[in-house]
Amino acid sequence: MKRFTEEHEWVKIDGNVATVGITDYAQNTLGDITFVDLPKVGKTVKKGDTLCVVESVKAASDVFAPLGGTVATVNARLSDAPETVNRSPENDGWICTLTGFDAAELESLMTAEQYAAFCKK
Amino acid sequence: MSYVPHTREEREAMLAAIGVNSLDSLFADIPVSCRLTKLNMPDGLSEQEVYDHLHALSHKNGHTLVSFLGGGFYDHAIPAAVDSLVSRGEFFTAYTPYQPEVAQGTLQAIFEYQSMICRLTGLDAANASMYDGGTALAEAVMMAVNVTGRNTVVLTGGVSPIYRVMIRSYTHNLGINLTELPTPVEGVADRAALGAALNGDVAAVIVQNPSFFGTVDDFSDLAELVHAAGALLIASVYPVSLGILKRPGDMGVDIATGEGQSLGLPLSFGGPYLGFFAVRQDLVRKMPGRVVGATVDRRGKRSFVLTLQAREQHIRREKATSNICTNEALCALRATIYLSLLGKQGLRELAETCVRKAEYAKRRLAQVDGVRIRSRAPTFNEFVIELPIDAGEAVCRLVDRGFAAGFPLGRYYPELANCLLVALTEKRTKAEIDHFATALEVAL
Repeated sequence: MKRFTEEHEWVKIDGNVATVGITDYAQNTLGDITFVDLPKVGKTVKKGDTLCVVESVKAASDVFAPLGGTVATVNARLSDAPETVNRSPENDGWICTLTGFDAAELESLMTAEQYAAFCKK
Repeated sequence: MSYVPHTREEREAMLAAIGVNSLDSLFADIPVSCRLTKLNMPDGLSEQEVYDHLHALSHKNGHTLVSFLGGGFYDHAIPAAVDSLVSRGEFFTAYTPYQPEVAQGTLQAIFEYQSMICRLTGLDAANASMYDGGTALAEAVMMAVNVTGRNTVVLTGGVSPIYRVMIRSYTHNLGINLTELPTPVEGVADRAALGAALNGDVAAVIVQNPSFFGTVDDFSDLAELVHAAGALLIASVYPVSLGILKRPGDMGVDIATGEGQSLGLPLSFGGPYLGFFAVRQDLVRKMPGRVVGATVDRRGKRSFVLTLQAREQHIRREKATSNICTNEALCALRATIYLSLLGKQGLRELAETCVRKAEYAKRRLAQVDGVRIRSRAPTFNEFVIELPIDAGEAVCRLVDRGFAAGFPLGRYYPELANCLLVALTEKRTKAEIDHFATALEVAL
């Protein structure tokens, strides 16, 4: 199950693991990503907290936690190859996984269809 | 477009917008005694008369005194080429470039400066400079808190009391805990006390080399201890001493800062001075301030840019790495020219000369009746002597004899009221040191 936020993050749920990244729309708007300031494993966030920062040639933008939880793993390949986020934002360019989240928080997020409509606005 | 900064209408509009009646009420928080209401100058003076008046006033400063005063700012010789080159029109702005890439020469000079600071400190990356040694150190504190996500900063007593005051001001409203450990006048930072102060909330330990009391230390062992606790080691260093002392990068220091005044800037109350700031490679994106990078243009020619700007104030706003998004370009240029003129060997010889003169002065002053050398550990160019009288009083008496005798420690350490911090540079001759010792003997 995959859901989207108004701040252009996506979150994909597999059992008790939530994988988080930024959307294709976000990477496209940011331009060439030059640096992903990966969150520390073990960091605990509430929904809407700053998870980490993504830096592009144009701007440095916060990535907000789509769900509350604890950072379980981070995508270490982004340290050496931040451009992976441009190339494959919603697969290889994932940022981190969260555990210990509350599935009820998913309800306020958008489905793929809702998000596509939101981006057209 | 008018370049008159504030018309009366504009001032009134601004005051109305923030709901203040008048300029005076805007400044109500500043005590009346601190406000400048009228200059203490006769009206109607000609330019020449004003010049003469100010010139006479400036002669009240002790700039003709033979100086043994240090405490972080030193009376080093400045080659004439420094003034001559910085006053070229292409360079002569104190400010950071705001349309930077059109000023390739300015950017190249800053890039050279950064490269020199890296070689001097033994670290990987340096910023384009900061206001002074104190703000650079305070920025390092903020950076360490930001990098580690921790909240306590441990300061050793060897850190300049002036810098400690600045750090307290910087961190006052940020919920950062400062743990200040004493360092003995005689020696080096107490490792056991430092070890005991380390815990999971410590973001950084801050040391200074040489210490404020002039003693030299090697913090390599401390670096291991600090890193094992997950904290950063920050060192404020005296750049001239790096001509012979172990570099912070070689000790395992994560962030090195310092006052660059000794690199070709004249002593001046209030500056402008020069803060330098260098870090390990993996911390570069958390480093405050501007950074110049080298690249190639579309024709493949080497060129320079301001880089890593996305983390700066004009883009990241309140989330920027720092509130300082300027640099001291002209002061940094002075340091660059100064270091180029000296070269590696010249800096080494300068540092050795400072040590030799200080050792001679130590021996000579020890012969003065009633004077005791308090420094026990090795020192660089500065050391502490204890007098039989209040050191501030001794300083006053020696001013009358043509000497700036040193820094009376009682100002920051009441228990050291009789102690004087004495600094030597390559400028002090043997004859001056001998005359100083004689004058001190007479003054006591």
